[in-house]
Amino acid sequence: MGKEVLKVDNVSMKFNLSSEKVDSVKEYFIKLLKREMEYDEFWALQNISFSLEKGDRLGILGLNGAGKSTLLKVIAGVFKPTTGTITRKGKIAPLLELGAGFDMQYTGAENIYLYGAVLGYRKDFIRSKYDEIVAFSDLGKFINVPLKNYSSGMRSRLGFAIATIMEPEILILDEVLSVGDAKFRKKSEKKIKDMFDKEVTVLFVSHSLEQVKRLCNKAMILDHGQMKAFGDIDEVAEIYQKMIEEQ
Amino acid sequence: MKKQIENFMRYQFLLGELVKKGIKLKYRRSYLGIIWSLVEPLLEMIVLAIVFGTLFENDDKTFPVYILTGRLLYSFFSQGTKASLTSIRRNASMIKKVYVPKYLYPLSSVLFNYVIFLISLIVLVAVALVLGIYPTVYLVEAIVPLLLVLILTFGCGMILATLGVFFRDLEYLWNVALMLVMYTCAIFYYPDRLLDSGFDWILKGNPLYCIISMFRNAVFGRPLEMTTLIYATVFSFATVIVGLFIFHRQQDKFILHI
Repeated sequence: MGKEVLKVDNVSMKFNLSSEKVDSVKEYFIKLLKREMEYDEFWALQNISFSLEKGDRLGILGLNGAGKSTLLKVIAGVFKPTTGTITRKGKIAPLLELGAGFDMQYTGAENIYLYGAVLGYRKDFIRSKYDEIVAFSDLGKFINVPLKNYSSGMRSRLGFAIATIMEPEILILDEVLSVGDAKFRKKSEKKIKDMFDKEVTVLFVSHSLEQVKRLCNKAMILDHGQMKAFGDIDEVAEIYQKMIEEQ
Repeated sequence: MKKQIENFMRYQFLLGELVKKGIKLKYRRSYLGIIWSLVEPLLEMIVLAIVFGTLFENDDKTFPVYILTGRLLYSFFSQGTKASLTSIRRNASMIKKVYVPKYLYPLSSVLFNYVIFLISLIVLVAVALVLGIYPTVYLVEAIVPLLLVLILTFGCGMILATLGVFFRDLEYLWNVALMLVMYTCAIFYYPDRLLDSGFDWILKGNPLYCIISMFRNAVFGRPLEMTTLIYATVFSFATVIVGLFIFHRQQDKFILHI
């Protein structure tokens, strides 16, 4: 197979549950005096190691709270892991929550530039792709309307169109294949299929084993922050099936 | 270091977009739009001039220029620091979902206020000319306080942005602190009596007062005072160093608190 694109080496992520709630000076000092700080540690991920090669499509399976989204956010660079390192080669397109960088007061057109900039695109690149984005999002004349007047479907369509316009080396999908109406869903699935054909590396989170089987060639199971299995899709799917039945 | 500069270059466009967004949204949906950045200081100057000039029987004709120089610099400092203080939380939804160098948020907050501030300097030019204060050679000195106020605001902004993530109370505390800063800046009174009274350290210890007094010297055609210059410069750069240091140390924890 091809070259290594993503390497996750011994990554752990710790959350401090108690310190999340302290946000006033008074509380801080009370907690400090009572020595209640630094309690309630919670390891969302523990010693995760794996690597993906170009063209690999990894499905991440696991129950709610298994750490799937945390893992994707660590890979996308949103969280910094408590320990361990992540090596990425090439551009990442995180389709985590579409339109995270949108501003509600801005119009659609202005948001294309803003969100594009958030994703790290260059200005001339966005300008050259502007028409393509507008066309793909199907917004027509709504493109000059402030985003707060958009329906949620319109918003995610625009988000999807901007996030997928670049040709990334690594694509992170967190159950976003269900965007918009039937017509747009078809279009977005085709777009993602096209990206697959270009040998993009994909990380995909879903609760549906069927979908993972259809799209991925590798899979991993996460359970309470630990990696239970990693390997070819068929083997892992079998283990996962058993795991669910046992519960 | 090289990596950081590369990263900065990559996100330069985003910085520009964020600055633009700040300016655009500040005046969006108002009839006068960006013209407010000229009208607002002018109206405030008129009020202050009436209260502290006419009512307190101050018969100096150039008093409005004196007020305006102080007010413009102070309001940039206060708007800039306030915006940075809340910048991380305001952009929480973005920070939680996409990777962006986080210092861009306080930095862009300071910069967009700086642009508005620079635009509002037009008012100062107009009022000065009307009241018969014409530029002298010393006006060139103005570049020094204009840069220092940016550096000082950025430094304070970084410190406040970091602390603001962990303690929400800071927003209110800082408002009170700003009031203290305002009264010790000699914006609408002459500082002479205070300077002679043995409490001169209250003014001289305030870096913003030092910057304002340098700016006034430049506008009114007087040379800069060396001690003031050195103090303000050292103080401003020190806040930037402290600010960058604590921001850098804490930034990975932000996401757990917003």
